[in-house]
This record gives sequence, structure tokens and C-alpha cells, in this order.
Amino acid sequence: MKLAVASGKGGTGKTTVALCLALSAEGPVRLLDCDVEEPNCHLFLKPQIHRREPVTVPVPVVDAAKCNGCGKCRQLCQSNAIAMLKSKAVIFPELCHSCGGCAKICPTGAIHEVEREIGFVEHGATNGIELVTGNLNIGQPLAPAVIRAVKRHVAPTHLTILDSPPGTSCAMVATVRDADHVLLVTEPTPFGLHDLKLAVDTVRELGRSFSVVINRADAGDGRVVDYCRTENIPVRLQIPEDRRIAEAYSRGATVLAAVPGLREDFRRLLAEVLE
Amino acid sequence: MTELVILSGKGGTGKTSVTASFAALAQNAVIADADVDAADLHLVLNPEIQSRHDFRSGHEAIIRQEDCLRCGACLAHCRFEAVQMDGKAAGEATFTIDPSACEGCGVCVELCPAEAIDFPERSCGEWYVSQTRYGPMVHARLRPSGENSGKLVTQVRTAARQLAERDGRERIIVDGPPGIGCPVIASVTGASAVLAVTEPTVSGAHDLSRVLKLAKHFDVPTFVCVNKWDINPAMTEQIEQQAVAAGARVVGRIPYDRAVTAAQVNGLPVVAYSTGPAAQSIRQLWEDLRIVGQASSLSVANNGQPGWLSHQNP
Repeated sequence: MKLAVASGKGGTGKTTVALCLALSAEGPVRLLDCDVEEPNCHLFLKPQIHRREPVTVPVPVVDAAKCNGCGKCRQLCQSNAIAMLKSKAVIFPELCHSCGGCAKICPTGAIHEVEREIGFVEHGATNGIELVTGNLNIGQPLAPAVIRAVKRHVAPTHLTILDSPPGTSCAMVATVRDADHVLLVTEPTPFGLHDLKLAVDTVRELGRSFSVVINRADAGDGRVVDYCRTENIPVRLQIPEDRRIAEAYSRGATVLAAVPGLREDFRRLLAEVLE
Repeated sequence: MTELVILSGKGGTGKTSVTASFAALAQNAVIADADVDAADLHLVLNPEIQSRHDFRSGHEAIIRQEDCLRCGACLAHCRFEAVQMDGKAAGEATFTIDPSACEGCGVCVELCPAEAIDFPERSCGEWYVSQTRYGPMVHARLRPSGENSGKLVTQVRTAARQLAERDGRERIIVDGPPGIGCPVIASVTGASAVLAVTEPTVSGAHDLSRVLKLAKHFDVPTFVCVNKWDINPAMTEQIEQQAVAAGARVVGRIPYDRAVTAAQVNGLPVVAYSTGPAAQSIRQLWEDLRIVGQASSLSVANNGQPGWLSHQNP
């Protein structure tokens, strides 16, 4: 079972919900932090890291002696990562999306690929939770490549929880596209509602089963609840606005310890979703 | 002309609330929303759309089943896990392309032995030029699960610049996306200054440090402001010290104030809704940014106009 936690709007409590789920689950659980631009789960779980592997993407290198200047590689490249200079192909690796096409089609075999590191994946464990964290190197644009590397560690025998990046573009899609269920975390404000609708559009387009968690439930107005009712979207849990939660979060403590009863709520939520 | 980009790293720290207030306080600015896949600024600035533009970017591969040889070459060549094969054996299986995974690289199109893959242009969203009560605004909407958000950000910023040049406006204020990836890089490259709005939490601190490194990497002077600072004063101190050590300049603190959410619920910038502590702090923040910007001899603007101060600390 792959359960993704996503949101549209940032800062609504995805990581909080993902952590509470992982800590409440009975049985083996693996948490994949797919917010590779700003991974945060490790700040709260403080796991022992026992393995770190680089994430690399292949990028082309041109052997100028073999290049006949035909320009087929440049024509194929959709990322504008290849230019022709003095009848030789020149590569701009930072624009390359690593599709591998240029090396495959070069008629003289002048292009081969080398691995370029764009991030890393860390494996750790704590409290019976296996945590896999993706980390995009600063200045690198290709978050989805690191997310795919993290997702290679989905455990078929475990409950796997995926903490998604915010938004609705390629990084979020790369995370949730094959999830068995997506929990959309929102807050009852106009920004929360607006971005929830975008996230709902996205998971519907992806054909995913999904439901909603409302965080800081009494902070704004009732429009999120109304919207979910109109759209027949199940609201699994409403987490109250509670200073104890905000303070625990701010210190890097997990909020289950701060608010008694929350663990039972998350167990019930998991049981509903896993059905 | 100067361009200030508001970032945060972590989402939900108050970027859009600060940007909307700056829009209300600035004179003669163009406003841009570069958070194209979760754009919210329009909810408080209520722009009236004056022109809409289709955002087409890249292509997507589509297999024509009637011409497909079922050889599986596309599956073998695709590096983005976008080609899906139903349960049958090769030779009989049906291959399809999942548009949500297709990068639009064209490799399968090129290498298909039957030339059975079409490659139409992909519509990824729309962008708009609008009018608000505080001045012109450029914003966008990425299609759900849309590709190329970075290119759409670049489009929004380019249009904002053109508008500023045309109308002789001195400032562009850009509401940026969360994170540090492609759309954030597209938001900061070539900007005059970054204001990073963060919150006093372990994740706020962690994510800010990555944004500061990114801004430094692209050599953009950076200011830091801690929102809801009184939730955890010790963490606020720590973040401010960390920011200075990273070469940024601390420009203000905004206290926790329920008026911020109330303003949003009422569809107004905080400074237009309230005269409370958060509104006062944001006014002060804008004033300080404006003064350091104008007083700066270390101009970073691209046309010799006074710019936002460099990242050196006094």
C-alpha cells in the first residue's frame, strides 16, 4: 500500500500528517520523503543514517574527433542543451534532462554518457520506521529525477507513506502518480481552499483515490468543509488549531506526544484508508 | 528598474501575505505571481484580467495504436517510466504513454521503427496581464499536473519586465514559489534582490538555509524576515544569526497575529485590513527595504538605477 500525503498549498501540514501516520501505524512502515527540495521528516525523526547513495543522471559528452557536425542530436534535443559550434556539437549539461536520445541516434557514435550527481538518497531508521530521504543538490533543477530515485525504495510488504512536495506540477505528480491513495492536507482559508481545488483537479486527472485532512480546523472559515461536502470528498480528520501543536512542531518534536488522543485519530484514519 | 522576489523555502510561511501587502504599499510597481502551480496572490488582489495568453511548451508523445508494431522499443528507450505495457507478452501487448510521466523528450518518437508515435505541442496553462487596485499584475495558471513550470515562471517575469518598461514603473514585486528547484531557480536568476520569509520552526530554519545557499549560488542579494517570530523567540534568534552567517541581511520580524488569516478570509492585504501588530511590522519592513534599496550605492540593478542593497553586512 502506497499512501501519499500532498497538498497544493505549502505549509498546510503535510509533513506533520505523514509523520503522525508513520508513528501511529501498527506493523512495518516505510516513510519516503519525496519533498526533495526541502526534505523535513528527518528533522523530527532524527534517524540513525546507515546508508547514503548518490543520485546521478546520465549526461552526454561529445568526442569532437568523431563528430561529423550533422546536427541530428541538436534537432532531437527538446531541452536546448545542445548547440552546434564550428560544426561540432557542444553540450550544456545543466540544461540536459537526461533522455539519452542524442547518444542513441548519433550516426558516428560520437556521444557517450557520463553520470552527473544531482542529489542523494539517505536511508535511516528510528522507532520502527524506515525513513528514506531524497535530497536535491542546491542549484539543480531536476527534482523529479531525485524523487524517482527515492521511490525505487517503495517496500511491497510495508505500508509506504510518501511525503509529497507542495504544488501540482511535475514534482508533486512524480510523487503521487502511482499512489494507492492520496491524502490532501489543507487549511480552512481562501488560499488553502483554492490550492486544494487545484490539487483535487490534479489527483482526479491522475485517476487516484483521495480524501482530505483539514489542519488548523478552526483557524479560518467553513468554505473548505462546504466544498468537500458538495464534491463528495471524504474529510478523514480535522486537526484543531492548538498552540501545543504549533510549539511542538517549532521545536522539532512530533505532535502526537503533544496532544493526547491524536494517535487514536490517526489509527482510525489509517484503518479507513487501508480498507 | 528593480525586481524583488519573495521566497521562503518552506511553504506556508507567509510569502503571499507579505507580497500582497507590499503591492498595497508600493507606489508605481508591477506585481507578478511566480508561484504558478499554486497561485494565491489573486485571491487578495482581485485582478481584473485584461489579456489571456495560452502557454504552450514542449510536446507530448502519443502512440497511434493502429500503426503500433507492439515491439516495445518505446518502453526500452524511455527513461521517465512513461511507457506502460499491459499484462500481455511482447508482440501482443498494448503500449501507451502516461502523459503525467512523459517528459516530452521525443526519444520514442525518433526511435519507433513504425513511426507510430505522434508528438503534438502541449498546452501547459495560461498566463494573464491584469489590473488590480494597486497596479498592473502578471500571473498564471499551470494546468493540473502541467509540465514546464520553470518556463512559465520565466514567461511571467518577462511579461512583468516588459510592462514595467512600457509604463515606466520602477519596481517589480514577485511572489515566488516554495522549494529550491526548477521554478525557484527560474524566479531568482537575474533578480535584483530576494526577501526570504521564514518562520521560527526547525523546518523553517532548515529550508531557509537551502534558499540562502541558492540565492548565493545565483549571486542575488538576500534579506531575511522571520514571520510569527514570537511563536519561538529563541529559534528566531538562531535563524537570524544563521542568516547573517550565510551572508544575508535581517530586515524585520512579524509577530503572530490572527489578523493575517482574517485579512485573507476577507480577501484583503493585511495592511489594508488591519492596523494591528502584523500590519505595522509589514509596513516597517517595506519602509526598511525601500530605504536600504534607495540608499544603496552598491546598486545591483541592471540599468544603473538605484537597487536593493548588496548582501554585504554593515
